[in-house]
Amino acid sequence: MTGTVRFAEIERDAADALVSATSLAALAEAQTAVLGKRSALASAHRDLAALDPEERRAAGRVLHEIRTHLEALAAERAAALAARERAEMLDRDRLDLTEVTDDEVRSVIRRGRLHLVDQTRRELEDVFVAMGFTVAEGPEAETDWYNFEALNIPPAHPARSMWDTFYLDLGQPETVVLRTHTSPVQVHLMEEQAPPVHAVMPGRCYRRETADARHLPVFHQIEGLVVDHGITFADLAGTIETFTTAYFGADIHSRLRPGYFPFTDPSAEVEVTCTICRGKGCRTCSGTGWVELAGCGMVDPAVFAAVGIDPQEWTGFAFGFGIDRCAQMRHLIADTRALAENDVRFLRQF
Amino acid sequence: MKTPLSWLRDFAPFDTSEVSRLVTTLDELGLVVEGVEHVGEGLGDVVVALVEGVDAIPGADRIRLVTVDAGQGPLEVVCGAQNFAAGDLVPLAPIGAVLPGEVEIRRRTMKGAVSNGMLCSARELRLSDDHQGILVLNDVEGARPGVPLTDALGIDEDVVFDITVEGNRPDAWSVAGVARDLAGKLGLPFTLPDPAPAPDLGKPVEALASLEIEALDLCPRMVVRVLEGVRVAPSPRWLARRLLLAGMRPINNVVDASNYVMLELGQPTHPYDLDRLGGAGLLVRRARRGERLVTLDGVERTLGTPGRGLGDTGEDCLICDADGSPVGIGGIMGGAASEISGSTTRVALEAAYFSPMAIARTSKRLGLRTEASARFERGCDPWGIDRAVDRVCELVGAPSATGKLDVRGAVPEPERIFVSSRRIGAVLGVDIDVARAASLLEPIGFGAEPGGEGLLVTVPTNRPDIRPAPYGVEDVIEEIARTYGYSQIPRRQPAWPEPGGLTQHQRDRRLVADAMCGVGAYEAWTPSLVDDADHRAMGLFGPSVRVSNPIVKEEAWLRRSLLPGLVRALAWNANRRQGDVRLFEIGTVFSHPDVEGRGARGGSGGTQEAVLPAEHERLAAVLASAGDDARHAVAVWRVLADALRLEAVDVVADGSIPGLHPTRAARLVARGHGGSTPIGALGEVDPEVAAAFGYDGGRVGWLDVDLGLVLDPGVALRRPSEARTISRFPSSDVDLALVVADGVPAAQVQAALVAAGGDLLESAHLFDVYRGPGVPEGHRSLAFRLRFSAPDRTLTDDEVGRLRQETIHAAQEATGATLR
Repeated sequence: MTGTVRFAEIERDAADALVSATSLAALAEAQTAVLGKRSALASAHRDLAALDPEERRAAGRVLHEIRTHLEALAAERAAALAARERAEMLDRDRLDLTEVTDDEVRSVIRRGRLHLVDQTRRELEDVFVAMGFTVAEGPEAETDWYNFEALNIPPAHPARSMWDTFYLDLGQPETVVLRTHTSPVQVHLMEEQAPPVHAVMPGRCYRRETADARHLPVFHQIEGLVVDHGITFADLAGTIETFTTAYFGADIHSRLRPGYFPFTDPSAEVEVTCTICRGKGCRTCSGTGWVELAGCGMVDPAVFAAVGIDPQEWTGFAFGFGIDRCAQMRHLIADTRALAENDVRFLRQF
Repeated sequence: MKTPLSWLRDFAPFDTSEVSRLVTTLDELGLVVEGVEHVGEGLGDVVVALVEGVDAIPGADRIRLVTVDAGQGPLEVVCGAQNFAAGDLVPLAPIGAVLPGEVEIRRRTMKGAVSNGMLCSARELRLSDDHQGILVLNDVEGARPGVPLTDALGIDEDVVFDITVEGNRPDAWSVAGVARDLAGKLGLPFTLPDPAPAPDLGKPVEALASLEIEALDLCPRMVVRVLEGVRVAPSPRWLARRLLLAGMRPINNVVDASNYVMLELGQPTHPYDLDRLGGAGLLVRRARRGERLVTLDGVERTLGTPGRGLGDTGEDCLICDADGSPVGIGGIMGGAASEISGSTTRVALEAAYFSPMAIARTSKRLGLRTEASARFERGCDPWGIDRAVDRVCELVGAPSATGKLDVRGAVPEPERIFVSSRRIGAVLGVDIDVARAASLLEPIGFGAEPGGEGLLVTVPTNRPDIRPAPYGVEDVIEEIARTYGYSQIPRRQPAWPEPGGLTQHQRDRRLVADAMCGVGAYEAWTPSLVDDADHRAMGLFGPSVRVSNPIVKEEAWLRRSLLPGLVRALAWNANRRQGDVRLFEIGTVFSHPDVEGRGARGGSGGTQEAVLPAEHERLAAVLASAGDDARHAVAVWRVLADALRLEAVDVVADGSIPGLHPTRAARLVARGHGGSTPIGALGEVDPEVAAAFGYDGGRVGWLDVDLGLVLDPGVALRRPSEARTISRFPSSDVDLALVVADGVPAAQVQAALVAAGGDLLESAHLFDVYRGPGVPEGHRSLAFRLRFSAPDRTLTDDEVGRLRQETIHAAQEATGATLR
């Protein structure tokens, strides 16, 4: 048998072995068998040593071509097998992503939510922080001084009837209260910090009112206080308007009308475009297109005097409104009591 | 305050066709119109009819067939009222008439009788509350068959504004006061007509009555006029109608005149039956301690007794007869004995100026608030009294004694305040020149003389809300702004160099809440006011802070823990088939000052040190999803601690934490700069406690920390913020299974391993706990994976082997652990 014939046989057998491999693993085995050190090809190569140089070169060239061809064949086969195996794997893995059960979802991960009031508080804080305010907080139980007297509301003053107050059984009767507003934080701030002051005060407040669709005895308020050189009523009106459009949207505006608070002078009530009808007039706003949102005014000089700030040098403004009320207006919540029920079906909506 | 437009027009020529402009203007003035009622409408079709005959309807005993003539021949009407007979004049609403309240009159058949209209009661016509029978018009001048009812009664259509007047504007709490503001804003002339003199009795008042004031501080001024020959009778129809429109029930001409003047001018007056006043006179004095009086409402009042409020010394101003017997509480309510009755003929008419704060204290202490007290406590015009008594006399019309009794103490005089133009601009941010400011103030009763780069303002005595200078300057500026129009003041967005922002604590608190959401918890908001029984039910004994005036007893105490509220919230959801839930709350809990308090300025004037409850902001969570237990509570805590980069917080078993499962609970103890501090607790809610708050759905994981402590980096140390270089060299793991007695906390074993691992220990994790064959009874095997690495080299096998031996040895030494 001539060398060439033998070579052709080796090549044919090797090609058969490679092509008949049905998996990448079998192909790897076949590759070792037909191309490895112990293969017929390798053995034929070793046999070349016995040939004379002329023949050896010719036969070597043939063997090299055979090896190149077989390697290409193996690579081709490997690619085909890999593609098939991937296709099979993909088929095995096929998953209907809509058949995931809720239990499976829960067992992996789930996210809770902030209470709507907290979300609203954050959003309000963020609006004011962006306008240059800091955020101040303070205690919920206060003395009469901080809740009333320093705010120009002396004991027994008729204006006290504006706040239905919870008193605590501490000290002399009716000297310790649950704060009816976050204004005591303003007093603390002005007592502790020299002007300028630019802060908002969010927090929980208490009024002795029976819960109904619009009132809760425990509720949340955010107030603001600015004390600085050259602060005027125009700054107050501008600040209120900036806040209104920033929080409620560009089509919701504010207007001020005269009001009365013992701690501000001049005092104003803030009305904003009705968020239900967007100002067209509806039942909620009694057809006026405006709803009451807040109270505000220039800090009364008597308040400055109580905290030792010179009202000739410094002027300031303050405002306050309900966080719960903002949430109620924004999300059209019919009954504010839903906020305090903690029903997760309610909580997870927001 | 219900204010008829027709009454306002007594003082200024308001345009009745511009109701909506009037409403807008009132709103802009801060006199907020809550409602507008159009009255007298719907009466246009009603005519006067003569009753010609009344016949029974067969088979009906409640209704009768009435034949009337309204000028167009006989008409049959079915009627149920019995208070009239043939010959009477009555109002008839014919077919097609629409009565007030959109009631349309149709032809009806009742018991076979056809009714061609309706005879009306006063209430059906909205003329009064009277619904006893048909309004009989026999006495009405001008009532003739066929005449429109409105003509016969002289009723015009009217508009009634329901106006809310702010508490600082007693002057505007009257028809004339509203008219003054409104006329000023609209540029209309305002006139307050002087009362016509009453017929002169020809006797000096001093001869008929006496007046003495002992308590001039409580009652700085009182005026008395005397009327004789008074005939107590119903008021004239126009006056009664105005009272009704204003929401007040007519009683008799004397009482009505007094009420009318209060509504018109804002000054309460009080008429006494002079013949029932002992000694024919009045004496004003302080009530003696414990003195009693039965007021007009039939309630016995105890007076002169200090109340609960700050600074309330229990001073009450008592009006007595000249013999010293009390006849009324000054400025609040009269007594029954000297009331005007049908037989009264001589009237002592009293009007006074009371100290507003004294009235406020007495009214609050007695829980007695009246139309009069509400006005006096806000402050009436001490110099408006004369006009008020004269106006009452004019309305009663009886002969009056010459002169007035008038006793005065220190009566407020008009204040004079200089308001500089500079200050106006500094407060309002808009330049309003002096002349303009004067033109705004004068129409509402202020004097304003320009000069010295400002205005010298004279404050009318009906404006007690305007304080003396210096604070009064701002009060006057408010009046300038109000009449100028708030909407006319330009808006400016202020800016300042100081940056805004949240504090570190506030940012961390947000991080905590977000981390809790990340572990699947919903934020709740549970009540701060609870029942003290809740504290006892969870094993929290000792004092709680009580609310003096709770709404209900279940909400009468300040909470000391978030646990009852959160477990209740869990139960609420479980009862609505939403039991698979985790909730958290960040809220305040309160300690009784006897346990832990804080000092604050208090007392009258803030001059004393008061002790208040200590308040702590806490984060708590209840975990009640499927499979939740104390382990999950630990898992949640670890997520939280990791989010905050906390280190050195130990979990220390503690079986005595109130409300928690005694064998599944631990304290969180932070090893901080100042030593160890308990910062919270975690574990499971004691099932008995959960049941007490209505939850029996299985294990409830619990986490509760004091946020003030957790977020204090001095108490709960944080991993340094400096970046740690991550080693570029491979790390080596050592797994150790250590057999440890059950009584030894795994944390203790881990602590020993960590300490021994030193700087080369990258991490240590407990990854398996095994009890069973191969491990002695009362022990368990704890499998830890220690990962070692060095920043500058690959650790050699020898090094790792040595570290392994050292850590094993350390665990053995510290905890008696043996390698399994």
